[in-house]
Amino acid sequence: MYAYSEFDRAFLRTRNTQFRAQVERRIAGNLTEEEFRPLRLMNGLYLQLHAYMLRVAIPYGTLNSAQMRQLAMIADRWDKGYGHFTTRQNIQFNWPRLNDVPDMLDALAEVGMHAIQTSGNCVRNVTADHFAGAAADEIADPRPVAELLRQWSTDHPEFQFLPRKFKIAITGSPNDRAVTRAHDIGLRTVLRNGARGFEVIVGGGLGRTPVIGKVLADFIPEADLLPYIEAILSTYNSFGRRDNKYKARIKIMVNELGLDDVRARVEARFRTLRAEWQGVDQHILNDLRRAFAPPAFRVAPTDGFDTAYQRDPGFRAFADTNLAAHWQDGYAIVTISLKAHGATPGDASSDQMRLMADLAERYGHDELRISHEQNVILPHVHKSDLPALYAALKTAQLATANIGLASDIIACPGMDYCALATARSIPVAQDIARAVAAREHDIGGLKIKISGCINACGHHHVGHIGILGLDRAGVENYQITLGGDATETAALGERAGPGFAYDQIVPAIERVLDAYLDLRRGPSEDFLATFRRLGAQPFKDALYLPEVSAHAV
Amino acid sequence: MSRRFTPSVVTANDLFEGDVVYLTPDQGWSRDLSHAQLFTDARAAEAALAQAQAQSDRLVGPYLAAARSGPNGPEPAHFREAFRARGPSNYPHGKQEAGMCRP
Repeated sequence: MYAYSEFDRAFLRTRNTQFRAQVERRIAGNLTEEEFRPLRLMNGLYLQLHAYMLRVAIPYGTLNSAQMRQLAMIADRWDKGYGHFTTRQNIQFNWPRLNDVPDMLDALAEVGMHAIQTSGNCVRNVTADHFAGAAADEIADPRPVAELLRQWSTDHPEFQFLPRKFKIAITGSPNDRAVTRAHDIGLRTVLRNGARGFEVIVGGGLGRTPVIGKVLADFIPEADLLPYIEAILSTYNSFGRRDNKYKARIKIMVNELGLDDVRARVEARFRTLRAEWQGVDQHILNDLRRAFAPPAFRVAPTDGFDTAYQRDPGFRAFADTNLAAHWQDGYAIVTISLKAHGATPGDASSDQMRLMADLAERYGHDELRISHEQNVILPHVHKSDLPALYAALKTAQLATANIGLASDIIACPGMDYCALATARSIPVAQDIARAVAAREHDIGGLKIKISGCINACGHHHVGHIGILGLDRAGVENYQITLGGDATETAALGERAGPGFAYDQIVPAIERVLDAYLDLRRGPSEDFLATFRRLGAQPFKDALYLPEVSAHAV
Repeated sequence: MSRRFTPSVVTANDLFEGDVVYLTPDQGWSRDLSHAQLFTDARAAEAALAQAQAQSDRLVGPYLAAARSGPNGPEPAHFREAFRARGPSNYPHGKQEAGMCRP
């Protein structure tokens, strides 16, 4: 992992001192809210429905145990004993007091963390494949480049006031777990003639205008990546719209100018910029590669795993559902579900955080990851340690075997917390999870994603089943989309039809699942494959049966 | 023709806690919607809002929220205001923790 340098630490000290003074001036009445608001947002502090919210960056979703323990300490000391992990691999504290936030930021700085650029029209936290450095299908660990991008974009003087926020995602695997096609820039590691480079995807995004990103360049050599990205940002900074915030994202610029025109402008800018890059970035990248070197893997028998797998059905279900293939023999990637049936998706109590930190330290080479699907990953666990790990997770409601299944739902905070929301998300997710729990292993792989407004933090457009909560004439109403896909075969879901009232959305989802079980060719044909074979119509029929259509509005 | 005024309360977030507060008939601020003053007259409501906007040393973002009269005082007219008056639905936090809201 990357450890902060003295430069990083000094930068954070300065920023935190500045913000402490800004909070003091606001409280003393020397700053109005209009003056203070952009200053607090630059430091990740929002004001939501019931309280302030502090959004803390977890760069490319990577944490060590000391950082996780510090998050737990912050949750206990200054919040309500829990944190909410988000679809951008960040953590949010929902109940801080304004006076306490400077102390919270100082506590974060002690472990090399901060809340800078988690808001505002700047480059946000760079997200990455949560299996980075561990996945069996990986070409290269994307995190050194992600860290290079973090360093380059943090406090970048030219890009603090872009037309709108800017999100970059990166993956090192052909199987895209980082939703690269729904980001302002998506980077996919590719090999060409043995040389490493990136496919650069631009103009993807969800929100009110969902767009699947387009390939701006099919291969940018690694040494050219940073100047090329700077050329994209620079082009966007010059030509992105500032007259209408709803048309200000780069996806709108790409749609209005056309991909070829944008490519020509970026390439022209790149030719100018490239000469200014003298190779310092590549020296830094080489150092970063050493920082992200694989841990000292051990070689040990895996008999204990095999025995537990045979004897314990609970462990077998956990192993079948929550493990992913590691590139190192004898190791597995463990996904810890933060979706116990009926729990709030993405929430972890401070006790759970401390347990996960302890387990990472003991069994996981001190590494944890946060996934955009709002779970926690221990990327490097030797299989012989899995039975003990599973037993420990069970003591804290962290052993639910539901990764990738119907109850592993992404849900934004929705109107229970968010000031922008138009309906609740969390209780819908809780109710669906409870309703599907008994049959989700039969249903198989399924991605349900719920957003509480059109800004789509819950990624509903790319859910196999997406749910969008809206305010229809003063009542919560939920639209269903079908057939979305967040992976390398990305697709936007198709709206099924009229929305459903709050008390009708769970039965509606159950009807879609009933239809799927009736229609599939067998357990090997998952929901998305069945949808692609048959189209939306049979699922729409299931949703809008005549006898229940009176409930649809 | 001017639009009919919707009865409203003056609400904001507390500067220090962020919690939702309501203007009371005695010009104070309560965290309980049922203690709020319900304005039925547009001019009086606008005047109260202007006074609230002048209190930026303790409030953030005051506005007029539609409400209706109930047996125990003002009640929210929209579900968003109902959540603001009560707190989140996934935990008994916020006003629910303080025992401030009625079921």
